[in-house]
Amino acid sequence: MTAVIHASDLTKVFGKSTAVDHISFDVRQGEIFGFLGPNGAGKTTTTRMLTGVIPPDAGTATILGHNIRSEPVLAKQGFGVVPETSNAYTDLTSWQNLMLMGELYGLERVRAEQRSSDLLTMVGLLERKDQKVQAYSKGMKQRLILAMALIHEPELLFLDEPTSGLDVQSTQMILTLLRDLNNQGTTIFLTTHNMEEANRLCHRVGIIRAGKIVAIDAPEKLKTAIDRVHKIEVSFDHEISGDALTGLSGVTGATRTGDKWQITTDNRDTTIRSLVTFGQQNNATIVTLNTLAPSLDDAFLRLTQEDKP
Amino acid sequence: MNPAGFSEQGRRAWAIAKKDIRIYYFKGPVLIFGVFMPVFLFLAFFMGSRQLPLSFLISGLVGMTLFFTATAVSPAIFPWEGQAKTLERLASCPITIEAIVFGDMIASLLFGIGITFVTVIIGLALGLSLLHGIILLAAIFLAACCFSAIGMLLAVPPTNVPSNIMMLSSLIKFPLVFISGIFIPLEQMPPWGLALAVCSPLTYFTDIVRYSFTNTHYFPVEIDIAALAVFTVAFTVVTMFLHKRTMPRRM
Repeated sequence: MTAVIHASDLTKVFGKSTAVDHISFDVRQGEIFGFLGPNGAGKTTTTRMLTGVIPPDAGTATILGHNIRSEPVLAKQGFGVVPETSNAYTDLTSWQNLMLMGELYGLERVRAEQRSSDLLTMVGLLERKDQKVQAYSKGMKQRLILAMALIHEPELLFLDEPTSGLDVQSTQMILTLLRDLNNQGTTIFLTTHNMEEANRLCHRVGIIRAGKIVAIDAPEKLKTAIDRVHKIEVSFDHEISGDALTGLSGVTGATRTGDKWQITTDNRDTTIRSLVTFGQQNNATIVTLNTLAPSLDDAFLRLTQEDKP
Repeated sequence: MNPAGFSEQGRRAWAIAKKDIRIYYFKGPVLIFGVFMPVFLFLAFFMGSRQLPLSFLISGLVGMTLFFTATAVSPAIFPWEGQAKTLERLASCPITIEAIVFGDMIASLLFGIGITFVTVIIGLALGLSLLHGIILLAAIFLAACCFSAIGMLLAVPPTNVPSNIMMLSSLIKFPLVFISGIFIPLEQMPPWGLALAVCSPLTYFTDIVRYSFTNTHYFPVEIDIAALAVFTVAFTVVTMFLHKRTMPRRM
């Protein structure tokens, strides 16, 4: 699959502090890539380097096939950016903001008007298009800057904490829009603190800690990778002895918790197959069977706290 | 369409200029400042200083009006936009820093030209006759380009606090007015004063304005025009070069 973002050895130093320390990663075409990390880990600095807002001190970033330093205009022409804080012009109306973006992306006036109208309808702001942005709520401003980022139908969208501090309605609207955009082929680079959002939305996530990438993988793989020992919760329709369960292939331990058994295993697939076979052989119906995988929160905390002094 | 091409970047610079005019120049206080400033300059110099004829005052008044209006707002645009984070939006758009600076210069020179015409019209209304209209028009355009480049040059220090820039701007602008033959005619200046005056583009503009209204001048008109053109190119090139270097430090 083609890489729409290729970061190689990207580095940024502020004074004596290395904010981003030789990071390299690819974002593939058509995926939603979550970029996670604690405060001050270097997420926003990385995003700013990728979007050409600040230059890297070392390394290169290629966006949609164009080097962001040597061909910044060509690279920027293909992506849109939604920053964490709304940066629409508050003295302009939402319509004027969109038309300005249309001109900055080189759209013909007729097309810019059509796109502006469609986008304002999509984000629910058409009725307030002639109102100055300073009168907008935070959610409305965020929806407007999403519309501004989409004016030129970009192939790639950068979003920095797009739902931070928003009400449920605006959050849901933005998340739904992002899913729809991705379904239509837009690649999304999403910086977020919200693990649930990343878990539900992202095909892959990258975790950055102290300026270095500590993990890149699919959320489910990341969750399972942090614990070699997994837990499975199982209950049968009649009493089963613990000895019978511990003897099964893949099972390393069994602990009774109420009417259920909590099985520890280092191979979930083998253990689940053993439990099913065991049920069939002993005429015991499985009532519940749950795999207790660590959450993305657990993975994030584990990966971002390792080696912490 | 080549987004990085010269014409396309020119179109985008014009979008920046329109945005500036809408947001920063079409504001009540700015327009009032623009109209009242030449009116009060006239009142202060014409009525307050009875010894100086209007034909002498007009060159300094037109010069000051253009200089102050073309450099009034532009130095503060980058600090304002840096503070509001809108500069970061522009930096992530497919427009070069040169085109952003050029757009800001266009807005500034249009504002300067518009307000300067008010001063010229007041002068004509008070009985002055315009002897070289075309030369005056060309000089106003050229000087407006030059002064708007100076305005953008004043915005180079990468601060997002507009008051810092405005203070620096006043420190540079006012001394420049005093060395440019506005209050003391070039003919009466001591050699060291004249040496300073030739370093100021405002000197050449006021000399052309004087020629346009009175047919008298200190430097040949060709020298005035050439000096303004050289200053314009030099300030524009230096402004764009320096903004390209300091822009990332504003983010």
